[in-house]
Formats: sequence, C-alpha cells, structure tokens
Amino acid sequence: MLLSIKNLKKYYATQKAVDDISFDIPQGSIFGLLGPNGAGKSTLLRMITGIFYQDSGDILFNGEKFDAAKHVAEIGYMPEERGLYKKMKIGEQAIYLAQLRGLSRAEAESRCREWFQRLDMTTWIDKKVEDLSKGMSQKLQFVITVTHKPKLLILDEPFSGLDPVNANVLKDEIFRLAQEGTTVIFSTHRMEQVEEICDKIVLVNLGKKVLDGSVKQIKQDYKENVFSLTLDNPDAVLPTNIQLLKKEQNKLTFHLNEDTNANQVLQHFITQGNSILSFEEILPTLNDIFIKIVQGTSNARAFTTV
Amino acid sequence: MKTFIIIKREYLTRVKKKSFIILTLLIPFLFIGMGALMGVIAVKGSSDVKKIAVLDESNMFPTRLKDQKKVNFAFQQGSLDSLKQHLDKDKYDALLYVPSFDKNAKHVNFQLFYNEQIGMETENDITDQLNEIITSERMKEAGINNDQLKIIQTESVNLSTKSWKDGTESSNKISFVIGYACGLILYMFMLFYGMSVMRSVMEEKTNRIAEIIVSSVKPFQLMLGKIVGVALVGLTQVLIWIVLIGIFVIIGVPMMTAGMAIDPATMNDVAAAQASDASSFAAVTAILKSTNWVMIVMWFLFYFLGGYFLYAALFAAVGSLVNEDAQESNQYTLPITIPIILGFVIMSSAIKDPNSGLAIFGSLFPLTSPIVMMARIPFGVPAWQLILSALLLVLGFLGTSWMAGKIYRTGILMYGKKISLKEVGKWLIRK
Repeated sequence: MLLSIKNLKKYYATQKAVDDISFDIPQGSIFGLLGPNGAGKSTLLRMITGIFYQDSGDILFNGEKFDAAKHVAEIGYMPEERGLYKKMKIGEQAIYLAQLRGLSRAEAESRCREWFQRLDMTTWIDKKVEDLSKGMSQKLQFVITVTHKPKLLILDEPFSGLDPVNANVLKDEIFRLAQEGTTVIFSTHRMEQVEEICDKIVLVNLGKKVLDGSVKQIKQDYKENVFSLTLDNPDAVLPTNIQLLKKEQNKLTFHLNEDTNANQVLQHFITQGNSILSFEEILPTLNDIFIKIVQGTSNARAFTTV
Repeated sequence: MKTFIIIKREYLTRVKKKSFIILTLLIPFLFIGMGALMGVIAVKGSSDVKKIAVLDESNMFPTRLKDQKKVNFAFQQGSLDSLKQHLDKDKYDALLYVPSFDKNAKHVNFQLFYNEQIGMETENDITDQLNEIITSERMKEAGINNDQLKIIQTESVNLSTKSWKDGTESSNKISFVIGYACGLILYMFMLFYGMSVMRSVMEEKTNRIAEIIVSSVKPFQLMLGKIVGVALVGLTQVLIWIVLIGIFVIIGVPMMTAGMAIDPATMNDVAAAQASDASSFAAVTAILKSTNWVMIVMWFLFYFLGGYFLYAALFAAVGSLVNEDAQESNQYTLPITIPIILGFVIMSSAIKDPNSGLAIFGSLFPLTSPIVMMARIPFGVPAWQLILSALLLVLGFLGTSWMAGKIYRTGILMYGKKISLKEVGKWLIRK
C-alpha cells in the first residue's frame, strides 16, 4: 500500500468536513475520490499533502507515518483552483517550483526541458504566465506538478475547465504515468472519466465514506438485473418472469426477476422461433449509482454546530 | 535550504523590475535637481524690477532712498491728488506717499498706492530701507554715527554646546537635521517596503499560487523568505543611493560652486553671506567632521532592519487575511500604519527636546522606537537606553514574526468568507 488513511477526522466550527474516513491505495493504481460539492474531498486531499493537519487519525505513506517535510519530494499536488505568478516567466517559474520540491537547480532545469519538449511547450519558455491562454496554463500547471517525478500524484478536479482535447491529453498522461509506476489520486465529480480510468474509487458524502471498491465490483454490487435484448420479431409474447421497462422498435429493455436465469428468457424466445440479435446486461453507470446514493441527502451542505 | 531559494527569488524578481531600477536611480537625481533648482531660484529670484514713484513731503529721503536690485525709486513733485490722477501707470508700479512726519514718533504711517499689488518682498524691501534711514537719523540726533551703530548691532554671541562629561562639541542644529533626516527616511522605508510585502502576500493568495507553494514548504518559510528578500531589496536601494550621493558630493558640489562663480552678482551675495558666517561655517564643518558617522550609520542599519522586520511581519499577516476585495484591506492596514505615523509624530517633538519623558518612552517602545530613537542618536543617548531599546526591538520583531506566522499560515488558504478578528485570535491560541 502506498497510502493508508485510518480514521481521519477534521472538524470545523460549522461542519464535520472529514468524519472518520479510512481507505487504502495500492501502489501504481489510479484512484478516484468522488463526491458531491462540499463532501470533504478537498479537505481530505489537503491533509494528504500536508497543508492541513488532521484533528485525529493516521496517514501512512509507504508504510511509515506521513511527514510533510520528509515526503515532500515524493508527492505532487495540483489544487483545484490553479494559480501561478502572473508576471514570472514560465521556464523560471517551473524551475523555481521544482526546486522547492527538492530538486537541485541543474536537475530542475533538465527535467523541465524534457517535459516542455514532450508537451510541445518549448516556444513558451520565456513568456510570462499572463500571456498564456487557459489551456496552455493548464498544461503548464500539470508539468509543474509532475516535474519532480513524485511517487504519489494528487490531482484535485484536474479536468474542470478543460476542453475535450486537453481532457484527453491529460487522461493519456495519467495513464502513462500510472503505467510507469506512479500512483494517482484524483478527485472529481465527472463520472465518465472515472469509469474510463480508475481502478478503485471511494465515494464520500457529508464527510463520511459511502462506497469503497473497484469500479467493476461496485457496478456489480449495484446492478439491478437489467438487460437489453434485440429481437428479430419484436411483437413476441413476453415471458412472465420479466418486467418490461422500455421497448424501442425491436429492442427490449427489461428487468429480470429474482431467481430467474437469463438463459430462461433466451430459451423462451428461441423456442418461439424468434432470432436473438443482441443481448447484454446493462450495468448501472457510476453516475446513476452516485445520484442514487447521494439523493435523499440535501444538495448543499448546511452549516451546523459541531 | 529552501528558504534561501525563496529569498533569492523574491529578491531577484524585484530587483530586475524596470520600476525598481528607474526609481532607485531617479530619486537621487530628482532630489539633487530639486535642490539645485531651489538654490537657483533663491539666488536669482524674479528679475522683475519694480518702479516706485515717490512723493516725499518730508524731504528726508530724496538722497537716501537708494535703488535696489529689485526696486527703483523715482522722486516726483506735485500734489498727491494730481499725481494719483496723472501718473503714468505704465511707467510706475506704485506711488509711495511720504507726508511730513515727526522723526521721533513711535508709529509712522506712509502710504503706497498700487496699480497691481507689488508683492510682499518689495513691500518689505521698501519698509526695511525706510526704517533704516529713520533709525540712522535718530541715531545721528542721539550722537551715534554709522560705524558705532554697526558695532552695536553685530550679533556677537555664539553658544557652543559641549558635553558635560567629555567636552566633545556638538551642535543641536546639526543633530536636528541629521536626526530628522534619518527619522524621515526610516518612516518612509518602513511604510513603503512593509506595504510591498503585504501586496505580494495578497497577490499570492488571490491568484492561488500560495497553495501550491505551501504544499512544498512550510508557510512560515514562505513568509520569512519574502520578508528577508524584500529587506535585501531595501538595503540594495539604500546602498545605491549612498554611493550616488557620495559621488555627487565629491564631483558635483565643486561643479556647482564653479558654476555660481561665473555670475559676479551671485558671487558677491554668496561671498557676503559667507563672510559674515565665516566663523560659524568653520565651526559647522568641524562638528560635521567630528560627528560619529560610523555609529550613526550602524544604528541606522540596525533600526532600519529591526523596524522593518517588526512591521513587515504585521503587514504579511494582514495581507493573508484579505480576500478579493481591495477596499477591505484598508480596514486591516490602518491599525498598523497608525503606530508608524505615531512614531513620526513623537519624533518631531522628541527632536526638539531629546531627553523628555515622551522622547524616552517613544525610543523604547518597539513600535515607535526605530523612528524616535534614530532621531535622538545624533544628540547622544545614554548607553543603557540604547541597549534597552535594541533589546526590546529584537523581542518585538521576534514576537510579531511568531504571531504573524500563525495568522499567515491559516489566512492564506482561507478564501471566500470575511475573517473576523475573533477568529484570528483563535488561530493564535491553537497549536
């Protein structure tokens, strides 16, 4: 386990931002931290980066107690609100921040050059940050986060504000880094991305952990036995052990009763003489699961006295 | 160490800025230029010569009222009324009417009829001359002649102040100038550089880079690095000014005096002034030479740094509390600028009475001591006061740095809501 969180708590005067959360992140995995706004994600991430101190609970990094000063070079952090010194030149700024992470000046220079080349940024080196477009500054922000080859990459809402092209570039980079052994945590509420990239996810709501597991597992846990069947002849007699949810031309979407086997349904239609064109299980999207779990709780976090 | 990296960055970004270079080089030239300009104006003045027509019914003045550089007199005959009507208003600026009068009367009223106001300077010129003439008339009647008069009127007393203990001579007036200059410079620097720190902190907070930096270093390191970096910028600026002014004094002054020598009228004025002050001029130079410049400069640097560090920490703390709204920042900055201004005010009074209770208090209290004590030093300050003041100042800036550290580290990450002073108090107590 690269990172272990045990019973972490952080209470503010007006709310319990993080209320007894525990989870583990294996090395080399891509981990998604999900939750609605105000769930406590950013506070949690800031504790992992050492910016905030927890009120109680432990953080273990690589098996030992997390020490912000000691582990600073092994962690990369990209906060949700991105900012840079506007009037500083890009090349200088990247080197400065890399040095603050512990790289020597020489190392910082060569690593930055590498990354600038890889992401087509070499022509910008002497430009000031205020001269960049938004997409360019996001690329820059990412480079700054990874220059020092951190073991653990923490990204808070990395896709927010990115256009589809840049979102894709970022996605590919995250994949590549994970393949090279970097562990990545990112927080988001863009479920489509989570499904595409993450191995494991944790869902938090109102400061508490609500889901924890691999994407596959969770979908299995929350499946509702819904299937879609495309028939040659749609006007067929339906079996009794299904509930029809939707019928579009010759595609039937139905819910399979408990104790019923999908084979039985297929058998029914085959005996009829009907041809099966396609048949698949419809697993819930994380979006659906998310909404289902979080619904029922209010949309915004209320202020309470703690 | 990472703090050095931060110091280096804070220093270089500011020193490389065009505005820094221009300002640093420009201000000494500006001062010199202004000083030269004022000097030229004082010496030359306006070249306007006022022409005064005089109707003298007492007949005392025709031979004695002499033309001056800026006032010319032309005596007329006739009655007052006819002159008032017929006098060529283009030729004369005013008409001076002297009725017959009693020499020994205490108050004599003459009248001046003007086209346009002739100005205070001319008015004084005329009055002075008239008075001189009447005075010497009175003297003549009393039996005193002009040479005797000159001896009577010479200001002969010069008070030479010496220290009771060791007899070293000093001058209150010179100390006044040095003290005031030092106090003023410190006041401006502490305010200017303190605000520079504050603005930088605010920028880092509003454009969110603070969070990135604080994930790599402790907030205290960022704050300290910034404060020290700006201090070095200030020192650099002061050193450049000292060098520039030094060069000016060595090269420029002889050039200026050479220039003035070209105009003989000016030379006469300057020579006349110098002749009368010859003895005091020598005394002034002697005192300037004997002033302990080394001590003054060293204490200046000490109080510059000490006062700056004390206030820069407070400015940093305040900067971390402000949100997007720039108006808000004024309400936070005010409590900090008030003691600085207070220090300046106390200094202005302390400089007239350097050993009064107020002066002593002001030079010991850390919030005002840099400005007040610095102004007192040229007058000589008892050693125990200096040591106590220095100690208190050091404790002062250690205290404000500690306090500022606690406020800064929480403040820079707190966005959105307005931060109340009560909440700030809680941060100070929390671990």
